[in-house]
Amino acid sequence: MSTATADAAAPSKDGILSHARHIVSENPVTGVSFALFALFLLAAIIGPFIVPYDPLASDTAAALQAPSAAHWFGTDQLGRDIFSRVVVATRLDMIIAIASVALVFLAGGFAGIASGYFGGWTDRIVGRVSDTIMAFPLFVLAMGIVAALGNTVTNIIIATAIINFPLYVRVARAEANVRREAGFVQAARLSGNSEMRILLGHIAPNILPLMMVQVSLTMGYAILNAAGLSFIGLGVRPPTPEWGIMVAEGASFIISGEWWIAFFPGVTLMLAVFCFNLLGDGLRDLVDPQRRT
Amino acid sequence: MNVHLPANHIQPPLLEVQDLTVEFATRRGAVRAVEKVNLTLAKGETLGIVGESGSGKSVTSYTVMRILDRAGRIAEGTITFGGVDVGNAPESTVRALRGREMSMIFQNPRAALNPIRKVGKQIEDVLIEHVQAQPSDAKEKAIEVLKAVRIARPEERYHAYPFELSGGMCQRIVIALALACRPQLLIADEPTTGLDVTTQKAVMDLVVELARERNMATILITHDLGLAAAYCDRVMVMEKGRVVETATAEAIFRAPRHAYTRKLMRATPRGGITLRDLLPEEIATEMAPLGVKVPPASGQPLLVVENLIKEYPRQSAVSSLARMFGAKVAAPEPFRAVDGISFSLAKGESLGLVGESGCGKSTTSMMLMRLLDPTSGQIIFKGEDLSKIPARTFARSPWRSRIQMVFQDPTDSLNPRFTAARSIADPLLQMGENVSGPALRARVEELARLVGLPSPFLDRFPHQLSGGQKARVGIARAIALDPELVVLDEPTAALDVSVQAVVLNLLHDLKQRLGMSYIFVSHDLEVVRMLCDRVIVMRAGGIVEEGETAAVMAAPKAEYTRELLSSIPHPPIY
Repeated sequence: MSTATADAAAPSKDGILSHARHIVSENPVTGVSFALFALFLLAAIIGPFIVPYDPLASDTAAALQAPSAAHWFGTDQLGRDIFSRVVVATRLDMIIAIASVALVFLAGGFAGIASGYFGGWTDRIVGRVSDTIMAFPLFVLAMGIVAALGNTVTNIIIATAIINFPLYVRVARAEANVRREAGFVQAARLSGNSEMRILLGHIAPNILPLMMVQVSLTMGYAILNAAGLSFIGLGVRPPTPEWGIMVAEGASFIISGEWWIAFFPGVTLMLAVFCFNLLGDGLRDLVDPQRRT
Repeated sequence: MNVHLPANHIQPPLLEVQDLTVEFATRRGAVRAVEKVNLTLAKGETLGIVGESGSGKSVTSYTVMRILDRAGRIAEGTITFGGVDVGNAPESTVRALRGREMSMIFQNPRAALNPIRKVGKQIEDVLIEHVQAQPSDAKEKAIEVLKAVRIARPEERYHAYPFELSGGMCQRIVIALALACRPQLLIADEPTTGLDVTTQKAVMDLVVELARERNMATILITHDLGLAAAYCDRVMVMEKGRVVETATAEAIFRAPRHAYTRKLMRATPRGGITLRDLLPEEIATEMAPLGVKVPPASGQPLLVVENLIKEYPRQSAVSSLARMFGAKVAAPEPFRAVDGISFSLAKGESLGLVGESGCGKSTTSMMLMRLLDPTSGQIIFKGEDLSKIPARTFARSPWRSRIQMVFQDPTDSLNPRFTAARSIADPLLQMGENVSGPALRARVEELARLVGLPSPFLDRFPHQLSGGQKARVGIARAIALDPELVVLDEPTAALDVSVQAVVLNLLHDLKQRLGMSYIFVSHDLEVVRMLCDRVIVMRAGGIVEEGETAAVMAAPKAEYTRELLSSIPHPPIY
């Protein structure tokens, strides 16, 4: 596969950038979401080096200050700069979201395609596993997994991947199922492709556009889930900057008027989820050759 | 206008379309789908609109019904139906006209029916909706309607669901729905495409008969010039959104005036011609003659099929439930899709496999292709019994490259994410002898040349290719490994006639050049006659008749073959 795929894909590769430009120009919302995503990525990569204050350094003299020129987002009860903490937290939240989605994309996607394509026992086992997961309230399940495995970032990633597993299985299974008797799959059999190669080389790329929509939706959900776990004290532990914890810590101050402590990390969280959800259409168009005319 | 009409046409026409231009808004600006179309239709008249895909024939009729999708609009011209200006009338007026005054039937009857409602109830719904019946007498009237469309045992069929009925029966139900309110105009958009030829005849006879009975005007939209000529008073030929010719059915066949009509006529398969006659004259004369038929080499035949059987278990809810509770119930008799057929194929020979849907011809071809395991029987290819190798592992067998296939639907059979070159290269990559890089590309280009696909098209994706080009890619892929046997499963069924003409000639020339054997699966006897040396007629899983194609066509022995032959629509001139 290696040389051949590369060889065949070569002619279309030069078009990818101009194709991306076309998609963005066609749909401004996609452009906004791409720009927002780039901003979050930038913050995740270089954020810790450019922030004005040390996100962990407390300064009780400057505690609970409202947003000002010195502290754009204000300071919290320990006098830590909220802007710096929000920016630095981006990396951790993005790592959790991207890693868990990548994990479930591979595992759930493959299990789903295989169960849709082979049917029979594969389908029964994968189906029952995902039904079992679906039977639990998903957030409670994630809480249980993290509580049982221990309070680490790796376990948050695993828990988030597990609760999203059925969503990927269902989409991939349904799509693979309708394609398994398609003409091009029969033709691939006649060309001497093995079943596994048909699965990965012929069917998987065809359901990629739909999976991309799923990726963007669950990415937002994964961030929310990670923040939620931290909010109830099961995720990342303070004083590590993380949006969920920051909202949790700030929540008790809203009543006394210090709204900014919870507000800014909350808005950032919302923007991140919003951005990932909007990204879906753009990602789908980007990986769909039918859009490349 | 009346001045030009003969005296018996004093009445204004039922439908009059003047200078109709329809535009569609697309990404690259407005596209004109229909340009300056004029047509008139009198009461009780049947008009055929004929054209290939993209000719605007469907758009014209959709505009008359005002059911264009949102991107389309009438840019110019008027439509007058029974004195009403349909083009500018408010939606409420048009809605009142639709169904009651003008009605439409579509290509796929099954899609037009609600799958989970009894057909009788669906007819009742329409009758009650248009105040043709009261809930009290609706059932009675619905059965009457079923009788009118010649459905046998209407009281019983009233309770049937669409999936329990055959395609032809469903189309009759759709016709019943369309005619329930006695409309004055019926538009039939490819009503018989996808139906068997004997069913097509029954459905078309019914439509024409009902139209005559009720003095109803009919517009028949079709790609089949023969069908239009056989059933219509007048025929209008369209090309690229324009009307190129309108004349009586007979005149159009006797003396077609427009070059496009002549080309379309030439391309329509019919009795007494050869493959080359399908192509436009200037191309046909340039091509090599068809070549003499070589008598098949004596000795070992390439393929021998012996007593091939494929059974499917019948599902019965009652008995499987009973078995679940431990009761000893005999399993229902399995259904035999292919019932013990035997035949042989010589090297270099082409064999036609003809029959209507459900006759087992596709199941047979799938078994020969080793995509499906037979229940019993032998498939002996060059002395080796291939039925011993299970279909699951056949992909890795060295025999795989010897037997290849061209599929029915060129779009469906190409991976949408592969370029044409990648699709053609697929068998070479899996089974070729370590070809890669420039050698692979050279081989792909050579194959593209063989099937007449210009090499710039190789880097395109399927959705950027036309139907004919996709068919060529499919053929190139099938012959990439120099197979000895190619099964062609209705390779031209999804193509326009002019493209079909080219593809059939290509297939013939490739066979001559590469010395392959063909099994050509088709429902179209005329096409089989031109391409195949021998033909097998199948019905209900068995072989009805077998013999030299010319002999079978000229003097069919079996009653069923005669029925098939007589159902092919014949234009009045032949």
